Amino acid sequence: MTNWSVILGIAKTHLLTKMKSTATATLGVTFGIGAYITLVSFMTGLNGMLDDLVLNQTPHIHIYNEIRPSDHQPISLYADFKDAFNMVHSIKPKQNQKKIHNALPILDYLKKHSNVKGATPQLRAQIFYLSGSIELGGNLVGVDIMEEVRLSNIQDNIVEGTPEALKNNDNGILLGAGLAKKMSLHVGDRVQISTVSGNIFPLKIVGIYQSGIAEIDDSQSFANLKTVQRILGEAENYVTDINIKLVDIVQAEPMARQLETQFKTKAIDINEANAQFETGSNIRNLITYAVSITLLIVAGFGIYNILNMLIYEKMKDIAILKATGFSGRDVQLIFMAQAMIIGFIGGLLGLLIGFVLSRAIDHAPFETEALPTITTYPVNYNPAYYVIGITFALLSTFIAGYLPSNRARKMDPVKIIRGT
Amino acid sequence: MEYVLEARNIDKHFHKPKDFHVLRDITFGVKKGEFATIMGKSGSGKSTLLYILSTMDTDYSGELYLNNELITGKTHQQLSRIRNKNIGFVFQFHYLLSEFSVLENVMLPAKKLAEKTDAQIKKDAHEKLEMLHIGHLADQRASRISGGEKQRVAIARALINNPTILMGDEPTGNLDSHNSENVFNIFKNLKEQKGLSLLVVTHDEDFAKRTDRIIEMEDGMILNP
Repeated sequence: MTNWSVILGIAKTHLLTKMKSTATATLGVTFGIGAYITLVSFMTGLNGMLDDLVLNQTPHIHIYNEIRPSDHQPISLYADFKDAFNMVHSIKPKQNQKKIHNALPILDYLKKHSNVKGATPQLRAQIFYLSGSIELGGNLVGVDIMEEVRLSNIQDNIVEGTPEALKNNDNGILLGAGLAKKMSLHVGDRVQISTVSGNIFPLKIVGIYQSGIAEIDDSQSFANLKTVQRILGEAENYVTDINIKLVDIVQAEPMARQLETQFKTKAIDINEANAQFETGSNIRNLITYAVSITLLIVAGFGIYNILNMLIYEKMKDIAILKATGFSGRDVQLIFMAQAMIIGFIGGLLGLLIGFVLSRAIDHAPFETEALPTITTYPVNYNPAYYVIGITFALLSTFIAGYLPSNRARKMDPVKIIRGT
Repeated sequence: MEYVLEARNIDKHFHKPKDFHVLRDITFGVKKGEFATIMGKSGSGKSTLLYILSTMDTDYSGELYLNNELITGKTHQQLSRIRNKNIGFVFQFHYLLSEFSVLENVMLPAKKLAEKTDAQIKKDAHEKLEMLHIGHLADQRASRISGGEKQRVAIARALINNPTILMGDEPTGNLDSHNSENVFNIFKNLKEQKGLSLLVVTHDEDFAKRTDRIIEMEDGMILNP
């Protein structure tokens, strides 16, 4: 049987009378946990922002027609040369149309699929932007703008104007920010574009698009799907790309493979498209955790040290407690209770400080040309980090307290009382 | 008359720094209500014996009985309980917990025993302190009172659970003659009024002479069993 009120009473008295060492040990934990929370919130916030930056530009599955040579050259179909060793030189890509065959039925099929959040058709056209006698090469992407708004964060990248303005204007264009700067154009101006075949169209600038990736902003603009189809002189079923957002992203890879065989097109899933990006994220996470764990271990050693010293100071008290009938286990619990109280209070304070620092970082201005929608540093307030933080505080104080308290448990009172 | 505390054939060796036979075949007993002292030169093994009798030292051979119950071989947990309930201990140095008040020091063993409510324990503790004429010190910090007072607090603490036997390891060794006299009188009163058994190790011959029985030790043996 354990008399907790007595044990906690003694632990409390020890902690309160040794306020200085208690405060030092507690602050050690507080600092460790606080730094962990701040660091991990900030780092994962940054990671998340970078992920969003790239991943939100990328659909979960991207369907398009790839320009590539046929897998089977005609000679392999010719029975006479079946057992021969055939060599074909300078193979050319297969004559293929850029549009996706049967795009509209495919879209219908996808929209009814249970795992598909949405599928949007796109039409990419090579065009030239005309500014006086200067021609700037680039892309014009025809999109269903309201679907894009629903499924991606395109509206975050429209720095001037609104998606609605594009929807309501048949001749509207969301001009890339880099292009607008080069050609000194603003919302409300007109820009002339020319197709590859030489047809010239005037379009009205209803907004400016800035993704933060210079390469894109210097070449890409958006217009309504119908507008681009009209510019190219193509029918309403002329679609070169289909972007799919899924409900369950894990299914992206198998589903891409299935769509490839089902519709005889190329389908790329998000992991394939961003493989090297994932690696970068993982390594950044690894560094974050390495630094955090180091901080927590340092805090743990601080507690170990202080409890060790405390037990050294309290040797006579330990002996007297044992002599008056406290068991070794009681004595151990007294010191464990102290460690756990330090861990708990220090941990809670650490969470608080971590939260306050995170808020401060969250409010620190962070303005960069490349990221138009971001005005302050990104911070990730994931409650899981707070749970991990307090768990580690308790765990490390438990271990740091266990070793010295175990020594106190085993201490022979006779040796201390007799001074031998 | 039956023994409250009885030792049978107790042997003990010190193993470090080299093997040393410190207690040889000790057999004796303390009767109920008896005030006994153990005397002997330094190194005669008297303190060693006392710590075995107090159940704190378990590294010995032989048998130890308390209230006719075999103590030898019990677990540390059980021994702690026995010590808590049945044995009061007073040391040469007072050994109070200096961060606690006098009252808390006295209450602590009873709280551990947890057989009474806190209010009851508090009342008992006040009674013990009054009995030893230090009731007015109850709320002082243990580190703020004089040496003689500390020793009386230590006695009050030893008595709080109404033990079967009170043991002392040179309880007057660190006190002036006036305070020594005080402590002796307290012990005497406890024996006469409460029928408490006492076993005290001492160097003080005047102290020993006035007790019921002197057990003399030399070279790890009792000379007058």
